Amino acid sequence: MTNISQTNPVLDVKNLAVTLTIYGRPVPVVTNVSFQVRAGEAVALVGESGCGKTMTARAIIGLPPDGARVGGSIQLEGRELTTLSKKDRRKLGGSRIGFIFQEPMTSLHPTLTVGAQLCDTLRTHLDLGRKEARDRAAQLLDRVGIPRATAMLDSYIHQLSGGMRQRVMIALAVSCKPALIIADEPTTALDVTIQAQVLDLLKEMRSELGLAMLYITHDLEVVSDFCDRAVVMYAGDIVEEGPVASILTAPHHHYTRGLIGAIPAHDEDRKRLTLIKGQVPPLGAWPAGCRFAPRCPRADEVCLKHPALEPFEESAVRCWHPVELKKKETSTLG
Amino acid sequence: MGKYIRRRLLHALPTIFIPLVLVFFLLRLAPGDPAVQILGDNATPEQIAALRTQLGLDQPLPIQFLLWLKGLFTLQLGDSLFFHKPVLELIPAYAAVTLQLTFFALVIAMVIGLSAGIAASLLRGKILDRGIIGVMVFSISLPEFWLALVLIFVFAVTLRWFPVAGYVSFDEGVWASLATLVLPALAIGVRQAALLTRMTRSAMLDVLDEPYVTTARAQGLPEATVIGRYTLRTAAVPVVTVIGLSVSYLLSGAVAIELIFSLPGMGKLLVDAVSRRDYPVVEGSVLTIAVTLVVVNLIVDLVYAWLDPRIRLK
Ligand SMILES: Nc1ncnc2c1ncn2[C@@H]1O[C@H](COP(=O)(O)OP(=O)(O)O)[C@@H](O)[C@H]1O
Ligand code: SF4
Ligand SMILES: [Mg+2]
Repeated sequence: MTNISQTNPVLDVKNLAVTLTIYGRPVPVVTNVSFQVRAGEAVALVGESGCGKTMTARAIIGLPPDGARVGGSIQLEGRELTTLSKKDRRKLGGSRIGFIFQEPMTSLHPTLTVGAQLCDTLRTHLDLGRKEARDRAAQLLDRVGIPRATAMLDSYIHQLSGGMRQRVMIALAVSCKPALIIADEPTTALDVTIQAQVLDLLKEMRSELGLAMLYITHDLEVVSDFCDRAVVMYAGDIVEEGPVASILTAPHHHYTRGLIGAIPAHDEDRKRLTLIKGQVPPLGAWPAGCRFAPRCPRADEVCLKHPALEPFEESAVRCWHPVELKKKETSTLG
Repeated sequence: MGKYIRRRLLHALPTIFIPLVLVFFLLRLAPGDPAVQILGDNATPEQIAALRTQLGLDQPLPIQFLLWLKGLFTLQLGDSLFFHKPVLELIPAYAAVTLQLTFFALVIAMVIGLSAGIAASLLRGKILDRGIIGVMVFSISLPEFWLALVLIFVFAVTLRWFPVAGYVSFDEGVWASLATLVLPALAIGVRQAALLTRMTRSAMLDVLDEPYVTTARAQGLPEATVIGRYTLRTAAVPVVTVIGLSVSYLLSGAVAIELIFSLPGMGKLLVDAVSRRDYPVVEGSVLTIAVTLVVVNLIVDLVYAWLDPRIRLK
């Protein structure tokens, strides 16, 4: 990992904040989020549903919901995105950043052919003629494992299976050889057997194109052999960040511990960890101190103050009482 | 595709047939005798009886119906009792006026409706959007006859920009002809323009929220492509349905508004024919209007299938 950490980051997010206006009142959805993704590196963005992962991703590509305010800095390959004109920023999508959406069925156009959608992207960013773009599109479909690629160019998304749809989505995202891929739970909508195939394809594309990747998931274990680092989000905050291996085996934040425990257990040690009780607090109702406090087994009066993200062992943790790696865990959870 | 068209046409047959049968019976069961109408009040009973025999009106109703059916299927619609000319020769001149008026009104409704609807959707919540909604709600509530009278008063009587009533045919000058159609076309077109604005706006808003539009933006496609190709394409599907309905309303609206503006169209032909008990002309007119509606619906269906492969490939 040392060689990776010395290269310049492809994506450098600093103090990202997203605020929505709900019933005329500003409501924070993402606060103070900072992380980097370096060339060739895959970073997992983990957290329960509703923690602000998708919002973070959409802020990065400049497509937050209507009426959202985005603060902080987002640099792509050393270029500040937040000060770019709308038009210049738009051009980076598809060319430098590829985005893989969760639901390929609704995220691909229902009445344009697969080929037309691929060609639109290719011809927007690359100087290609009609025929060249079509040939390139067929190559892409072939590359992502779609049989009879040339014939498939003329098919519509409703004619394909779920796995094939997501392959098309991946082809679209990598079509112009971007530097960064953001994949937002790309396998959540798929059957379990298909999930593994799509994940394998993403792995291949990543090493083949030397992509930096931000992989959003609520299940860290699935991507443990795929991602280098993990960023754990809870209620709009990053609560823990570090190498995937250490986060999986020795999480420091109580939320991360619960999250890992929520994965079906494989060994005796893990079984002791229970699911986290309660729910992510709704927007606008976050506790003023540690946002995890109402659900945390270790919470005390110190936790009424909002903790900062501090380096801890190999990671960074936002917790007043982080779980120590060396000490064998004895406290009772839940 | 051929199968699709054939199926649609088969569905259309009742649409043509049922109104015709209704008209046949209504005319014959209603009081009033065409022979009396034609010969006038001074005719002797013998003259009337002779004419009734000649017209086949002395036959029992079921026989009349069978003969009428035979005529219908062989397109022998008979001669006008009043003009003494074949119905099929009589109708085209009147139909042309109504079709011109309908087409003109449709152009007005589509140009205003589509552009205002698209503009409003792209400026969702902004002042222009609210303004368009306001004008739209007001326009939908305007009765056509009332609007016609206001238009005549303002633009024909006071400003004298357009003739009060009457018709100039295309052959006598395109502009003069159009001038006679502007006010009637507006009278029936404004309401449809407003309805089309509403439909276009809401269809656009629905599609703009679709994830595939976000994908198009995330892929870096220019906004013109995102709107023109990715949004309009799907938003057009419900809008086309409304345009098809609009054409039906405009056709019937045209038939009615012709009377206010004294335009020699199908409306005038039909109303005159009914009061003269000119059965063949009434039936021919209804047949013409029904066939026109069927053709319009077929065109809508075809556009539909062209726009949405999910229908076409079924
Ligand atoms: N357009 C929106 N308007 C209002 N609230 C939203 C909108 N999109 C998302 N949210 C809310 O923002 C929070 C974060 O959502 P999201 O980023 O989608 O979470 P995640 O991807 O981690 O599941 C959730 O509470 C969600 O309900
Ligand atoms: S800061 Fe306190 S409440 Fe929050 S996770 Fe740490 S121990 Fe629990
Ligand atoms: Mg999400």
